[in-house]
Amino acid sequence: MSDFWILLTGSLVAACCGIVGVFLVLRKMAMIGDAISHSVMPGIVIAFLISGSRDSLLMMFAALLFGVLTTFLIGMFQRSGIQSDASIGVVFTALFAIGVILVSLFARQVHLDQDAILYGEIAFVHWNIWELGGVDMGPKAVWLLGFTLAVIIAVIAAFYKQFKLCSFDPALAAAIGIPVALIHYLLMGLVSMATVSSFESVGAILVVGLLIIPASTAYLLTDRLSAMLFISVAVGVASTFLGYGVSVLLDASIAGCMVCAAGFLFVLAFLFSPSHGLVVRKLRQRSLAASVNA
Amino acid sequence: MSQTAKSVFTSSEAAAPLSVSGLSVAYQKKPVLRNVSFQVKEGELIGIIGPNGAGKSTMMKAALGLIPAISGEVLVYGKPYKEQRKLIGYVPQRESVDWDFPTNALDVVLMGTYGRLGWFGRPKAKDKAHALECLEKVGMAEFADRQISQLSGGQQQRVFLARALAQNAKLYFMDEPFAGVDAATEKAIITLLQELKKQGKTVIVVHHDLATVEQYFDSVLLLNVELQAFGPTAETFTQEKLQRTYGGRLAFLDQSRGDRS
Repeated sequence: MSDFWILLTGSLVAACCGIVGVFLVLRKMAMIGDAISHSVMPGIVIAFLISGSRDSLLMMFAALLFGVLTTFLIGMFQRSGIQSDASIGVVFTALFAIGVILVSLFARQVHLDQDAILYGEIAFVHWNIWELGGVDMGPKAVWLLGFTLAVIIAVIAAFYKQFKLCSFDPALAAAIGIPVALIHYLLMGLVSMATVSSFESVGAILVVGLLIIPASTAYLLTDRLSAMLFISVAVGVASTFLGYGVSVLLDASIAGCMVCAAGFLFVLAFLFSPSHGLVVRKLRQRSLAASVNA
Repeated sequence: MSQTAKSVFTSSEAAAPLSVSGLSVAYQKKPVLRNVSFQVKEGELIGIIGPNGAGKSTMMKAALGLIPAISGEVLVYGKPYKEQRKLIGYVPQRESVDWDFPTNALDVVLMGTYGRLGWFGRPKAKDKAHALECLEKVGMAEFADRQISQLSGGQQQRVFLARALAQNAKLYFMDEPFAGVDAATEKAIITLLQELKKQGKTVIVVHHDLATVEQYFDSVLLLNVELQAFGPTAETFTQEKLQRTYGGRLAFLDQSRGDRS
């Protein structure tokens, strides 16, 4: 049974991250995903101190708050003339450091060890069960991730054209009256939710891999945004299965193997994608050269 | 009644497609646009001319509310642009977007219909048919399914124009549509501008190529941070006024105008 729960948890993580990751990649904000995944730390610790639980809605809310705060601060520094990558670096390390201090200060009360935060512990998801009136409802993480995925799908589906136009041409979006800033913060809120519900399983560092790698792989495989969303999720889920299989064989970190598998799939797409692949492009160039010379 | 009284424009002027009064914009502390006022007539093609850094794009963006103005009033057909968005079409500079975005030409044109679809509406079959018609008008129908990164610069520009057509506007803003396009595209654009004019629409174009100004535009607006001159091309596009707008940087123009006289 633990296999099933691990694979389901991993797939839900991959789906949440895969969807929002597409928009991060298209808006060239991959590193903002990295920043958010780290700077939600203080929010997580504070929520943990208040609620004593690691998968409460309070934690989700606190992370959302810190995620949006991160984006807001980064944007503010950029607008006042700080280099864009420098502002990202300043904001997320400072906030993450606050989280580190909080963990070290309250280590006794907070059953959050730093390894778990950084690397996740997906192998243990099925030990943390949600009981409702004495009935075993399955792992809490699965419910939390399921809720997050439902919110992400609902928001993206409802505002698909706004998300699309704001990603492609924010100037036109603003000119026709789409509230570009609102859509931006909505996306950042979704990224924060995806990050915080995933960090318990895969950790704050590797979650970035699942945000960015499947989406970048999908980018190489299609020329349509809607298809890119589905492929991104599919690549993420495939990475979960492949990674879990390898981790069982090697008896190695599950999350590590998942992200490695995602990286492997990315390299495959990079080399062999029918439209963007390196190999195909080289072959095409060669045949073109041959026909020109003939 | 009271509203019209407050406005600096009289009621007869208020119906103009675009009235700008006292518009100023500053980035950080430096003013890039100072106290610009003008009013365009319906059904005209208007060229905005000026040296680099004169604030041409800035003025367009400020009029569209894309960047904040520090002062001034912009009215579109007598009302603030926020209430008139559906009457406005916008063609941003081609370089302002990422053409590697995963989408095709028809889909980009469909984006022109988003404004009237409201918050939750989705493009329907008739919107797609309309988008295809717009692509046809710029001679790009056969490229409808083409991924946009595989179009040439001129073709991309025509897709942008088709998208503006799909907005079905009465007043168009175009930011350097002629920049870096091939001859075929230039011709397609000018034919389109003429057709829009025939339909009684008003088009305001940021333009760089001084040699074609007299041929393309009914009116010109000379801008260099401040408004230098505005009026019918024949009276405004003169040596003296251009000299004032461009300062000393106008040597090449003497030659191009010399050919004509």
